[in-house]
Amino acid sequence: MVHIRPVRMAALGLTAALVLTACAESERGDDGGDAGGQTGGTMTFGTEGAPKLFDPFYATDGPTFRTSQQIFEGLVEFKPGTAEAAPGLAESWENSEDGLTWTFKLREGVKFHDGTDFNAEAACFNFERWYNTTGAAQSPAVTGYWQDNFGGFADKKAPSLYESCTVSDPTTIEVKLTRYTSKFPDILGLPSWSMQSPTALEKYNANEVTQQGDSFAFPEYATEHPTGTGPFKFERYDEANGTVELVRNDDYWGEKAKLDKLIFRAIPDETARKQALEAGDIDGYDLPGPADWQDLEDQGFQLLIRPAFNIFYVGIGQKNVPQLRDLKVRQAIAHAIDREGLVQQMLPEGAEVAENFYPDTVFGWTDDVQSYDHDPDKAKQLLADAGAQNLSVNFYWPTEVTRPYMPDPRAMFGFIQGNLEDVGIKLNVVSKPWNGGYLEDVDQGKADLFLLGWNGDYNTPDNFLGNFFSDPNNRFGTGNSPWGATLSDELKAADSEVDDETRQGMYEEINKKLKAEYLPAVPISHSPPALVIAENVSGLVASPLTDEKFNTVSIGS
Amino acid sequence: MLRYTIRRLLQLLIVVGVLSLLLFAWLRSLPGGPVSALLGERATAETRARLTEELGLNDPIFVQYIKFVGRALSGDFGVSTGVQPGDPALDIFLQRLPATLELSILAIIIAIAIGIPLGYLAARRRGSVLDNLSVVSSLIGVAVPVFFLAFLLKQVFAVDLGWFPTAGRQEGGIDATRVTGFFVLDGILTQEWDAAWDAFVHLILPAVALASIPFSVVFRITRASVLDVVDEDYIRTAESKGLTTPVIRRRHVLRNAMLPVVTTIGLQTGALLAGAVLTETVFAFPGIGQALAIGFERRDYPVLLLLILCSAGVFVLINLLVDLSYALIDPRIRTRGGGH
Repeated sequence: MVHIRPVRMAALGLTAALVLTACAESERGDDGGDAGGQTGGTMTFGTEGAPKLFDPFYATDGPTFRTSQQIFEGLVEFKPGTAEAAPGLAESWENSEDGLTWTFKLREGVKFHDGTDFNAEAACFNFERWYNTTGAAQSPAVTGYWQDNFGGFADKKAPSLYESCTVSDPTTIEVKLTRYTSKFPDILGLPSWSMQSPTALEKYNANEVTQQGDSFAFPEYATEHPTGTGPFKFERYDEANGTVELVRNDDYWGEKAKLDKLIFRAIPDETARKQALEAGDIDGYDLPGPADWQDLEDQGFQLLIRPAFNIFYVGIGQKNVPQLRDLKVRQAIAHAIDREGLVQQMLPEGAEVAENFYPDTVFGWTDDVQSYDHDPDKAKQLLADAGAQNLSVNFYWPTEVTRPYMPDPRAMFGFIQGNLEDVGIKLNVVSKPWNGGYLEDVDQGKADLFLLGWNGDYNTPDNFLGNFFSDPNNRFGTGNSPWGATLSDELKAADSEVDDETRQGMYEEINKKLKAEYLPAVPISHSPPALVIAENVSGLVASPLTDEKFNTVSIGS
Repeated sequence: MLRYTIRRLLQLLIVVGVLSLLLFAWLRSLPGGPVSALLGERATAETRARLTEELGLNDPIFVQYIKFVGRALSGDFGVSTGVQPGDPALDIFLQRLPATLELSILAIIIAIAIGIPLGYLAARRRGSVLDNLSVVSSLIGVAVPVFFLAFLLKQVFAVDLGWFPTAGRQEGGIDATRVTGFFVLDGILTQEWDAAWDAFVHLILPAVALASIPFSVVFRITRASVLDVVDEDYIRTAESKGLTTPVIRRRHVLRNAMLPVVTTIGLQTGALLAGAVLTETVFAFPGIGQALAIGFERRDYPVLLLLILCSAGVFVLINLLVDLSYALIDPRIRTRGGGH
């Protein structure tokens, strides 16, 4: 008797919810082909979240890029395991004398997953699609990457780097730019500039982004029909279960995928990802916390450490405290921080002290910069010289976040706080959640000292320095110092210098000045992020850009 | 009875309305917001200002609220900015509700199936070893935080022993057809037994962890209430009437003792949702609770608002059902035609 009632209650609940969610989405697909597979099998990879959508042009999030890297390819790709630009769907390219016209020779015989030919027309179609974006899609939340890389759109509200794309013959296109930039063509390796099938883009209204209330809604193409040329095809996205299923593209032009199926499974909690791997529910996951590295290796998992392609810095905001506009004070802060100790005690193996604002694999890096050794006495002296013995500033650090360059914000903050207090700087500590006020306050110049960093997108200095300091109205408030505008001009000049050698000299010069004369922030470290995979997985090449392709991956029994 | 029901439903509407205003204002008064979540460290002061303006976040809160209500009345509750960006908040709710219901229902079933018989037995053998043991275990159930229990269960039974999966609602490779969104039910309806079984296995550990909340309460209330009832005059009357013990127990003791238990179960649904936030996070279970946790971290206003409102609505509704179910259990309420 006691047992009957709950069952009835349950039945009632089930029926009620059945009515509520009467949406059937039956999708029993075929299991992919069996031809051409060397090894076969399914690999499940744990990710920190579900992809926002599948059209990389509108994406800003890691999970979307990870998926689109398997489905799509760009004209330019990065050589596996490096940040070096290499031929992708373009076999070769050359630049005109004035640096404004780029001629791309395209790969022949490539087809999109829907059977559409990839050719010069398809390539220009993509460029034109990006450039002619209108309406809600022009929001920085939707096409932020275009605006970072190319600037404005066809409506000319803002200057654009892009001018035109013309078909010279079926396998050759000419892309004209409005000015020379060192970023091009490397930026074309970003997943955002993947080549997508013109047929599918049109059929599924890829451009119809709408703003609804305080957010954006994306068209069918972006949510269900991404169509590229890559080694894997989109099979389905089981949203209710947080899994994305990709199957091998048997018609791929290059090295065909070995796996039959690749599944990305969203497990937002880091500990839960680790446990899922330990239990064998998944075959690998991204960004294991450095604290778990040893344990994972001890358990026999393969830890793939990526080359560090990021920078972690202590930002100095010059907006509110006039003393911070004095170079001596900023130098005192630099001397106060024990970067060596921090790297050794707080960061994983492979992490390095940063001398420039980007890692040494990037163009223009130089070791001929003023280094600031850990020297509390010198720091105190500098503060005294500047008359800033009583310096009192706020110091922001973020909660509810870890970043590849900042695996443990709390501990790293604590370490630096101790360093600064040792030299007598009074700190008014402010901690806020990353999305709950931290980034907002920092961007609005409210923070005097703050922890932040950057994960590189591609191998040019401008991707780092340009993003930090190009606009003098930045989070460091460099515009408050007379050199703020100078730095901005120097960066723009270097970026538009056509000659490689001259440009290299210019960036080396900027890097020197950034340390010796400007010091808008103290570069601290480059910290390598990792991936972890099960013992029976092979062929995965860790990439500094965290954009691994899975076509070379195979899974044993 | 009908008038009573209608009055209670009207109350429900008012509660939801007032709550929506309070929530709306509260969420928007929190520091940070969707702009940070959307732009991350790529943001600049300029793009930040532009996006804030585009999203209408510069308007006074009451203007934003009126716009929201206007859209909500036409069924548009906004689009997610953080949990599943781009998806309508309502879709996210409808998609995740079955997950949480499935989990909660199983948790309640476990709690009732163990809590009530155990409570009854403990009361009848008051002071026995069984009684003492179950009281202690229920105290532990109350005292141990649900996320810790969830974590422990997972480590032991999923990671170390490998008996259960560690995360999610279903294996990724299973080619399951979705009909109702209740994965177990779907598997049964479509006769995809592997899918149904897999979904059920995924439910067990989180449901057991979640059941620890209602179990302790159901157990203790049952026990206390049975103890109360056996001392009542009408039980003595029944005994003196010469009724057999089984009849007395079934008809008089249990039936009367069940009233407070049912109330308790109803009230526990609120606690279940709170527990689901933690349990679902530990088990990466894509339900309402996980959406609340992610939504809060990423300041997803539309999703948070809708999920909290709907949860409050469900909570009030369940309380109404509990009151109505009194009538089924207690004939006196039925004939009087009202609550007490």
